[in-house]
Amino acid sequence: MLHDADRIFTNLYGLSDWRLRGARKRGDWDGTKAILEKGRDWIVEEIKESGLRGRGGAGFPAGMKWSFMPKESDGRPHYLVVNADEGEPGTCKDREIIRHDPHKLLEGALLAGFAMGANTAYIYIRGEFHAEAQRLQVAIDEARKAGLIGGNACKSGWDFEIYLHHGAGAYVCGEETALLESLEGNKGQPRMKPPFPANAGLYGCPTTVTNVETVAVAPEILRRGADWFASLGRPKNTGTKLFCISGHVNLPCTVEEEMGVPLRELIEKHAGGVRGGWDNLMAVIPGGCSTPLIPKSVCDNVLMDFDSLREVQSGLGTAAVIVMDKSTDIVRAIARFSKFYKHESCGQCTPCREGTGWLWRMMEKLVEGDARIEDIDMIEEVTRQIEGHTICALGDAAAWPIQGLIRHFRPELERRIGIHDLTITAPAGGYDEDIPEDISEAV
Amino acid sequence: MTVESEVSAESGPRFLTKEMRKKIEEITGRYPTRRSAIMPSLFLAQEEYGYLCDEVLLEVAEALGVPEVWVYEIATFYTMFNTTPVGRFHIKLCTNVSCLLLEAGSLLSHLEKRLGIARGETTGDGLFTLSVVECLGSCDTAPVMQINKTYYETLSAEGIDQILEELKARPADGGREGAPA
Repeated sequence: MLHDADRIFTNLYGLSDWRLRGARKRGDWDGTKAILEKGRDWIVEEIKESGLRGRGGAGFPAGMKWSFMPKESDGRPHYLVVNADEGEPGTCKDREIIRHDPHKLLEGALLAGFAMGANTAYIYIRGEFHAEAQRLQVAIDEARKAGLIGGNACKSGWDFEIYLHHGAGAYVCGEETALLESLEGNKGQPRMKPPFPANAGLYGCPTTVTNVETVAVAPEILRRGADWFASLGRPKNTGTKLFCISGHVNLPCTVEEEMGVPLRELIEKHAGGVRGGWDNLMAVIPGGCSTPLIPKSVCDNVLMDFDSLREVQSGLGTAAVIVMDKSTDIVRAIARFSKFYKHESCGQCTPCREGTGWLWRMMEKLVEGDARIEDIDMIEEVTRQIEGHTICALGDAAAWPIQGLIRHFRPELERRIGIHDLTITAPAGGYDEDIPEDISEAV
Repeated sequence: MTVESEVSAESGPRFLTKEMRKKIEEITGRYPTRRSAIMPSLFLAQEEYGYLCDEVLLEVAEALGVPEVWVYEIATFYTMFNTTPVGRFHIKLCTNVSCLLLEAGSLLSHLEKRLGIARGETTGDGLFTLSVVECLGSCDTAPVMQINKTYYETLSAEGIDQILEELKARPADGGREGAPA
């Protein structure tokens, strides 16, 4: 369990002052100039050694990502873009950072931006977060007034401007290249890679897009040292992480814990346990709606980090833990995700645009059991035809929850189909054997 | 679009005031291209009028000096831009899984019953529009809804009744749909 001394987000619940004065008391903006003076290579190396992996879902090593930016500018400006378009169902961590610890994000943006040779940062915040955006703007203004950002930021000689940009309710804009398109004033439709944003990103210039939490933990890592961060968690899965626990628990919450914390400990110590006790657990979605669910038998022992969850064919994603007890209609829950992906598909790639609609309609049939046994394999096949065949990962994300459902709850799907079949009354004279391909249409 | 362009050219700008145009110019200063200012400008207009009619889109395009279709595609791609009128209070109820697990479905039925409208509709008095939205990013306080800019969290049926009563009693200038630019 994480010791209080190792906590990075010390104002996660907004119990103290979120403004500059309060943030400084908690240690933010302390010695920022000295860190900048150590140079951009030192910062990138330190982040690399800390083992920090991106907190937005993919878990890519942050230091390595930052190092992809060109060392010298070829005349084009460099951009840092902070992805605050938090929209993965189940996830509510960036919101807590923005409204309760905005200066951690701003200090991190300065340090990350400097390490990338960027003089400008855009924070792309989801449009629904009005109050959060207002706070962040106040924080930006007071940091600028105090000389922490703006011209000659922290008296380091580095100019650094931060602008807020509001999203407008498109989940796909959380994908980095869709986000860049949106910032440029286009529809949020992902770009082909390569070129990668580090070579040609925002306005065709070298750009790094990074999650709020990744940026916000950077200053603390640089102050306390890579070794400290790397000593927390497990090898290759280091540090602390914000977990959002929602659904059928007694005390839903967002909490900072060590990476690799056992799922059961996380739920029982911080979220008041599963409603009706651990044995009442049916399944958990461990990392936001894109990650396949894991049944109770897996939940009993699994550790919450990138590699442990990958071993059980799921993923840490954004660490949004959705807990479902035995009262849950699990097929209905996954069907709801399918509807979500159908709604959010940007329409650019055919497998996703058409496939997400297919998946949703088939899932709705499976909820009622209004399907044939073979349809289970067919829907699985459809997910395989979407997965990996689209420009961005939204198609994959639509496929995985259904694959997880079939992997672990096939008997439940078959049971529903069986019950549905029993309720069908045969027409007088029996079925016409030639016509009804789909038996449900004969009713 | 041509017919509408003529209409707007004949009658002159009607929707974007001088102050709004000044604000739009200010916004363009944040970006290297004027196209990037389309989204913030649309929010600005929506803040004022509640929704974006075709004429507003044309005027935004004209103020930014960008093709009309660029503005039109933004207004229709993103769900937060209303291209049809909405009520004074736009209720957006989350029904994604974290909320669904905590009975967002029955809250939706409750809202429909209380307001006497179905999802996607507006009450006859123009006071409430009821929309079903995707995850609002407040899952640890589910179920959640947003009315105009404000979040209402850990909802219950009784809580909703109380909120609706409070909104009905609010004086006419109290809040509009939209977002800050």
